[in-house]
Amino acid sequence: MTLKLYISQDTSALALGADEVAAALLARCGDRQLTVEIARTGSRGMVWLEPLVEVDTPGGRLAYGPVTVGDVDGLLASGLGSADSGHPLALGPTEALPWLARQQRITFRRVGVIEPLSLGDYEQHGGLVGLRRALVLAPQAIVDQLKASGLRGRGGAAFPAGIKWQTVLDAPADRKYIVCNADEGDSGTFADRMLMEGDPFTLIEGMAIAGLAVGAEQGFIYLREEYPNAHRILAGAIAAARGAGILGGDILGSGKAFDIDLRLGAGAYICGEETSLLESLEGKRGTVRPRPPLPAVAGLFGRPTVVNNVITLASVPAILAAGGDAYAGHGVDRSRGTMAFQLAGNIRRGGLLEIPFGASLRELIEDLGGGTRSGRPLRAVQVGGPLGAYLPAAQLDLPLDYESFAAAGAMLGHGGIVVFDDTVDMALQARFAMAFCAQESCGKCTPCRIGSTRGVEVIDRIRRGESRGANIALLEDLCDTMINTSLCGLGGMAPVPVQSALNHFPENFSGPGPGRTTL
Amino acid sequence: MTVPSPWNAAVARTIIDPLVTLEGPLLPVLHALQNHFGQLPAAAIPLIADALNLSPAEVQGVISFYPFFRTAPVGRHILQVCRAEACQAVGGRELEAQVKQLTGLDYHQTAATGKLTLEPVYCLGNCACGPSLRIDGKVHGRVDAQRAAALIDSLAGDSR
Repeated sequence: MTLKLYISQDTSALALGADEVAAALLARCGDRQLTVEIARTGSRGMVWLEPLVEVDTPGGRLAYGPVTVGDVDGLLASGLGSADSGHPLALGPTEALPWLARQQRITFRRVGVIEPLSLGDYEQHGGLVGLRRALVLAPQAIVDQLKASGLRGRGGAAFPAGIKWQTVLDAPADRKYIVCNADEGDSGTFADRMLMEGDPFTLIEGMAIAGLAVGAEQGFIYLREEYPNAHRILAGAIAAARGAGILGGDILGSGKAFDIDLRLGAGAYICGEETSLLESLEGKRGTVRPRPPLPAVAGLFGRPTVVNNVITLASVPAILAAGGDAYAGHGVDRSRGTMAFQLAGNIRRGGLLEIPFGASLRELIEDLGGGTRSGRPLRAVQVGGPLGAYLPAAQLDLPLDYESFAAAGAMLGHGGIVVFDDTVDMALQARFAMAFCAQESCGKCTPCRIGSTRGVEVIDRIRRGESRGANIALLEDLCDTMINTSLCGLGGMAPVPVQSALNHFPENFSGPGPGRTTL
Repeated sequence: MTVPSPWNAAVARTIIDPLVTLEGPLLPVLHALQNHFGQLPAAAIPLIADALNLSPAEVQGVISFYPFFRTAPVGRHILQVCRAEACQAVGGRELEAQVKQLTGLDYHQTAATGKLTLEPVYCLGNCACGPSLRIDGKVHGRVDAQRAAALIDSLAGDSR
């Protein structure tokens, strides 16, 4: 009998030793005359259980984790794959684990299940259904499905995707483009990476559907350089898709054309801003463009361009396959569908989970995440990346939807949730927000370029105790100026974590106290 | 990591030529050259400018904008430490200090032996199991003091 195992090749699984565990399992099975086959999948999103080893059984996959090289002999001796091995790492059926059972996986339904570069696996698990449907629909009918879904941009700005596509469809031009923003630079976010590493064909299919919808024949994926593993997998997937006629001059025999060029960024955070990204693709410095014109009207090389985040585009195939109304059946108010949340930082059970909008931060952090990794009390949560607000423990009951967060002066952004325990110095976090903005500013507008540097200096004076009252007033004024006069979201939102730290954690700006560190 | 080749204009031209017909060829050209030569020396600029019909100033401006592009040789290994918030929440600041002490390097410095360059990085997308660092192409998670020392020691075995 052949033992069939599944082990993730996701960056986080590899960072925790998945390759070493897979090699040890191969070697030890050899020693025991056991035939073994190891499929390398994406991650199920349960990063605290990585390296996770799953065993194929007639009753479904059984999970073991986190497995180290030292556990391999014991696992094999216990009879890996028997339902009642009694091994301390045996977790039972994977799909029944509370973390997965709680989810509503639509965009991520194949991630962690299939081999990322197997088109056979992809089709067997529902791949290409959306593209085949789009090929027999008129462009307007595709856009209408997207509008009906209520899908809003998952990169952070939450702009209705259907309206963006409509603008590009309606714009007359000799050439149009689909650009995938895969420059996932926000700390605490890794959903794009997990999707690209675990199910790259979904992104390719979504981009092809976008091309059919708006009349674009060329797509670009702008991927950050910090993701070499995703680059390798995406490059393989694009080549395979071309070979199978999913990309190229004759998509699945339809006579319609679409192709994708994979491009690498070069370490500039600002290139996650869509107009900087377009400049960078054109081969220029990644400076921000003033708007209007919108990229949907005059984007890449001046042509109408759809710029969407990875998760936005990867949600499209499922929307086309099941219909926009089915997707809109999930969620609350104007936040329709599901969102991939990422639990990160000081969290006991960190990882990715896809659930409909409307759950509370508390459910995610306490029930699913198990609280802080350190075991100390939670003090602050930063949601939405380095430009997102810091929320105090008292706000954990905030529902996770776009409007509730906006009303609380925060934003969901790309769904990253970074947890801090009570050792955090919030004045230092505020300083970092300004320092990060100064480091990453493209330099085009003054409030961002100069304001961020002055912000660091003012916070340093406050932390040293120099004229605290006057300097806090000055910092508030500076934040206000940056928010209202910056050209893009970097200078316009970097003050948000600063303001929220000031509002919710004033004790860290007023002399010695909990979490206060020395300069 | 692969050993970079010494600068050679003829080789550089063969790398640039097939890329000039791309839409927006400059970043792909810079990546390809740095990938081969380990850096983008000053001699590369007029060559690129000529091939892409740009001014040398434009090429220079683009190279200087992006932190990933380098104009000087780097060490045989590159060690990047994540400085971003998710890692800060689990001891990233302490890890930064420790790595600097263990290597005797500050950010953007290369060891006199030419073995190692230390660089900061703002997020490796490994945020559920930080603190993180990357050595050449490989990301490491939950790096505590012991693990950091072991990883840096493992580079000491490289005596090229």
